[in-house]
Amino acid sequence: MYRSHVLVCGGTGCTSSNSQQIIDALETEIAAAGLADEVKVVKTGCFGLCALGPIMIVYPEGSFYSEVKPSDVPEIVQEHLLKGRIVKRLLYKETVQENNTKSLNETNFYAKQHRVALRNCGVINPENIDEYIAVDGYEALGKALTEMTPQQVIDVILDSGLRGRGGAGFPTGRKWSFAAANQADQKYVCCNADEGDPGAFMDRSVLEGDPHVVIEAMAIAGYAIGASQGYIYVRAEYPIAVHRLQVAIKQAREYGLLGKDIFGTGFDFDIDLRLGAGAFVCGEETALMTSIEGHRGEPRPRPPFPAVKGLFQKPTILNNVETYANVPQIILKGADWFKSMGTEKSKGTKVFALGGKIKNTGLVEVPMGTTLREIVEEIGGGIPNGKKFKAAQTGGPSGGCIPAEHLDVPIDYDNLIAIGSMMGSGGLIVMDEDTCMVDIAKFFLEFTVDESCGKCTPCRVGTRRLYEMLDKITRGEATLEDLDKMEQLCYYIKANSLCGLGQTAPNPVLSTLRYFRDEYIAHIVDKKCPAGVCKHLMQVTILTDKCKGCTLCARTCPVGAIEGKVKVPHVVNQAKCIKCGACIEKCKFGAIVKK
Amino acid sequence: MKSLEELKAIRERVRGNVHLRKEDSPDNIRVVVGMATCGIAAGARPVLAAFTEEVAKRDLQNVMVTQTGCIGICQYEPVVEVFEPDGKKTTYVKMTADKAARVVTEHLVNGKVVEEYTIGSISNLK
Repeated sequence: MYRSHVLVCGGTGCTSSNSQQIIDALETEIAAAGLADEVKVVKTGCFGLCALGPIMIVYPEGSFYSEVKPSDVPEIVQEHLLKGRIVKRLLYKETVQENNTKSLNETNFYAKQHRVALRNCGVINPENIDEYIAVDGYEALGKALTEMTPQQVIDVILDSGLRGRGGAGFPTGRKWSFAAANQADQKYVCCNADEGDPGAFMDRSVLEGDPHVVIEAMAIAGYAIGASQGYIYVRAEYPIAVHRLQVAIKQAREYGLLGKDIFGTGFDFDIDLRLGAGAFVCGEETALMTSIEGHRGEPRPRPPFPAVKGLFQKPTILNNVETYANVPQIILKGADWFKSMGTEKSKGTKVFALGGKIKNTGLVEVPMGTTLREIVEEIGGGIPNGKKFKAAQTGGPSGGCIPAEHLDVPIDYDNLIAIGSMMGSGGLIVMDEDTCMVDIAKFFLEFTVDESCGKCTPCRVGTRRLYEMLDKITRGEATLEDLDKMEQLCYYIKANSLCGLGQTAPNPVLSTLRYFRDEYIAHIVDKKCPAGVCKHLMQVTILTDKCKGCTLCARTCPVGAIEGKVKVPHVVNQAKCIKCGACIEKCKFGAIVKK
Repeated sequence: MKSLEELKAIRERVRGNVHLRKEDSPDNIRVVVGMATCGIAAGARPVLAAFTEEVAKRDLQNVMVTQTGCIGICQYEPVVEVFEPDGKKTTYVKMTADKAARVVTEHLVNGKVVEEYTIGSISNLK
C-alpha cells in the first residue's frame, strides 16, 4: 500500500520540458532511499498550468511543485518524501502563505474553473484502465447498456443541451437522433481529434490525460444510434495522444469493454484509430470521412448530411473529443445536473487553451457564461510586463477578435457570434497593445491560403487574393478603394465556398475591420502601423536629445546602418536599416524608437 | 466484461489506488508521523508504514496519513500526532508498528484515545 503518490505531468507541454527525465530521476532516487514500496510515481495528463511546467503534485499533502528540474529531484525525495518537509522554494508561488500552504483549488488559476471534460486530466494515470474505473469509469456505459434504451440515451443528451464543442455548436442529441432514425445494415461513430487551429490543444490534452473517456462515450453513442464500429481520426503530430489511445483501446478490449457482447447485453462495439497527416481541412466533417475512407481529404457538398450518408455511404455521427468527454458524466449525473451549468442556450462548460500575451499559458475549463475578463485577468493572471489588453482571438482561423470593449460579455456560442467571433474549438489567444491587427489578420489568412485544399475556386483563389490585399495594406501601398474591395471579397468567399474552411476564412479580416478599422485606415492613409509591427511602415530613429553617442547601437547593428562619432548623437541610415530592433533593445538611454 | 457487478468488483479493488489524490478536506483526521533524522533513527518508518497499511485495510476514507519533520521532543520519538477535525490534537510517543495498529482501531475508528501511549501518561511515569 502506497502512502504517497507523486503525480508528474506527462502531457506534451511538460514532456517537452523534460518531465520524463524527472520521472526517471524520481524512480531512481525513491528506490535508492528505500521508499519504492511506500511512494508511487504516476505519469498523468495535463494539469492545465502549462506556463509553469514541468508540474508535480505530491499527495496526500497536495503540494504543487512547479518548474521542477531533474536536479531538484534528490531534494524532493530526501526532504519531502522521506522526512515530510515540503520543499517550499519549488511550490507554486500562489499556494505559499505565511507558515502554511494554500489549497490549489483556492488559487486564482483554479478557483473559477469547473472541470467536467478535464475532470481526470492530471488525476489518473491515462495508461491504466483500472485508475479510470476507480473514478467511476465505464459506469455510464454500463448504465446505458443495462438500464436505458437507445432512445432514452438520446433523450438525456438532447435534454442536457450539450452542443458540439468542435466549434459549430450543433446540438449533439439532435445529431444522434438523426443518425438513429436512419435504418442501415451498418452505421458508424467517428471522433474528430484532428485539432488544427493554431494555438489550440484542448483535444490533445483530453486524449493524453483521459483517453478512456472518449472510448466510453463513443461506445455509448454507438449504442444510441445502433453502430458497431467507431473511428478516431487523430493527428499523427500528436504522438503521445496516439500512443495513449492505442494503449487504452487495447486495455478496453482486454476487459471486454470493447468487442462482442459488452456487459452481456449482446451489444458489439469496437474502435479503430486513423491517423491524419495534418491537413487543416480534414477537421471538416466530410473531408475527415473522405480521408478515413482512404481518399485524399477533400470536402464534399452537404446534403446528404453524414447522418444520412456519411462514412462509406452509411449513416454516421461525428463528434469532437471534448463533446464526447462530457457524455459519460451526463449519463451518470443526468441532464439536469449538466443544465445547471452555463447560460440559457449554451449549457455546461468549455475548455479553452490560453495562449499569447498572458501569464498563465495553459488549459482552463470554465462554465459557459464566464466573461472574457474573468478568464484573462483572473484565471490567466493578466498580461505580462504591464502591457494593456488589446484583443482576444477565439476560434482560430475561422474566428475573430474580441476587443477590450467586449471583455465583459459572457462567453457562449451565441454571444460570440453576435460580436463577430465564434467559439471555435477553444483556442484563446490574448493580444496586447504591441499587436498589429492587420498583421494578425494577415497571419491567419496566410494559414488558410496554405491549408485551402483547392477543390473550390472561391476558397482557393479568393483567400490568396485576400492575402495579397492585406499584404498590400501592410506595405502601405493600398488605397481606401482597396479596403472596400477587400470587404466585398470577404463576403463573396463566405457565401460561395464549399466547406467551413472557406466559409469562415474571411472572419479574422471581417472582425478586425469591424473593431479596428482605424488601424487599417492608419496603414492606408497615414502610411503608419500604430503598433509598430509592419516593417514597411515604420522607421527606426534615434532621438538626438537622448542619445549620448555611446556607439553601442552602431556596434550592435547587424547591417551597419547606424552612423555617428563617439559622444555625438548617432543617425540611422534608413536605406540600410532592416528594422530588426536590435539597437532598441541594447540602448541604455531609451534613445531609439520605432515610429 | 459481462456484467455491472464485474465492473463494480474491479472498482472496489482499485479505488484505494486513487483515493489518496484528493484535496485534503477539513473534515479529515490527519495522522502525522515525525520523520526527521531523530524519528527515523528511533524507528518511525515502520510506524508510518503500519499506519498506511491499517488505514488502507479498513478503507478509512477520512484519514490522511502524512509525515512531518522534527517536533522537538526527540527523546520520545517515534512521535505521532493525530489532528481531528474539531481541532483536538493527541500526541502519541515511543510508537511501534503494533501500537500503531491499536491506535487505528481504537482512536481512528472508534474515537477513543489510547491514553497509555500519549505523551501525558508517559511523562507522568517518569
